[in-house]
Amino acid sequence: MEKRAIDWWVGIFVLLGIAALVVLALRVGNLSGFAYNDGYVLHADFSNVGSLKPRSPVKLGGVTIGEVTHIGMNPKTFMAKVTMRIEPKVKLPTDTGASIYTEGLLGEQYVSIQPGGMPQDLPPGGTITMTQSAVNIDQLIGQMVFSKASGK
Amino acid sequence: MAFMEFIPNLGRRTLRTVPNLGTASRFLLLSLFAVVNRHFSIQQLLKQVYGFGVRSLLLMMVAAFFTGMVLGFQGYYALVRFGATSALGTLVALSLLRELGPVLTALLFAGRAGSALTAEISSMKATEQLSAMEMMAVNPLAWVVAPRLWAGIIVVPILCVIFDLVGIFGGYLISVPVLGVDGGTFWAQMQSNVAFSGDILTGLFKALCFGLVVTWIAAWQGYAAQPTAEGVGNATTISVVTASLAVLGLDFILTAFLFT
Repeated sequence: MEKRAIDWWVGIFVLLGIAALVVLALRVGNLSGFAYNDGYVLHADFSNVGSLKPRSPVKLGGVTIGEVTHIGMNPKTFMAKVTMRIEPKVKLPTDTGASIYTEGLLGEQYVSIQPGGMPQDLPPGGTITMTQSAVNIDQLIGQMVFSKASGK
Repeated sequence: MAFMEFIPNLGRRTLRTVPNLGTASRFLLLSLFAVVNRHFSIQQLLKQVYGFGVRSLLLMMVAAFFTGMVLGFQGYYALVRFGATSALGTLVALSLLRELGPVLTALLFAGRAGSALTAEISSMKATEQLSAMEMMAVNPLAWVVAPRLWAGIIVVPILCVIFDLVGIFGGYLISVPVLGVDGGTFWAQMQSNVAFSGDILTGLFKALCFGLVVTWIAAWQGYAAQPTAEGVGNATTISVVTASLAVLGLDFILTAFLFT
């Protein structure tokens, strides 16, 4: 094979590899998850976040409007502090509530937002105070068994 | 008495293997650093990348395509019982990126390119071409071995990336149009569960290690072969067997370290 032809083929081969890596990064990996980078930050304190993780979706009426960026602990109130990034075009009233739900019976957990009716909007960096924690299935089963047993 | 022979044999084997391993390591380091030698040529390296990479491409793509399709089928039948077919994209992508991509690429590479490499170097030795180079003050490590080693290190990760991509595409073709999994869920679940550095790059790091190990074993087996027709044949067999086992063993160790 001629020398120049080999150079061409090797070049194409390397380019193919780079292109495959880019496609993998954008289409398969979550490197394209910059969608909410220009969003604003909101906090919410929950007494129990269950298995909520960073990158879990934040939904309003079933539509994803943001994602969880960080989960920490508020050392004063002993509440779990969930930091979320919300799309800038979604403005939420100050009396908005947040709950943690599970998708399906065993699916992923997400934060569900219930907007309130106040005229003022939550400022960036604001905190949602009305929250409902994750449902703990073990606890529910325990309660059910207990109530069944004591009902006799 | 076979049993009485066992213990001295063990000792003899150990005494033979340990210094061999040392020589092989020295061989590896000398060859890797031979890139600074004036007899190392980029043209040779490109020729080997062409031989190892471009000419293995079709084989890798066909293998990846079928692997992905089988993963799609098997994953679907396992998940459909639990109504969890939405996780099929994640399953296909993670299996390919973390394990099957690097390991199958390395195994196919050992069979396709490693065997040819051992046969080539060992017949060069059998026909005394390596000695002739030394006579002409050309370092055979720089002229013959180094381009092949570096080509292996460069080529295997690139082949692995292409393997991953084609495999995922094969899995998609079976899952979405054939088995009727929702296409949006397939990609969305995959995207939310695959990490770029945690899954894609660590998979490629594995492929890089495998490329080094496979070409090292192949080159060393060729270089240390008996310079006879029989020796060439033996070296080629041992090269493929050892390289395949080394890939599988190393994969276990790397997985234990990388995915904790």
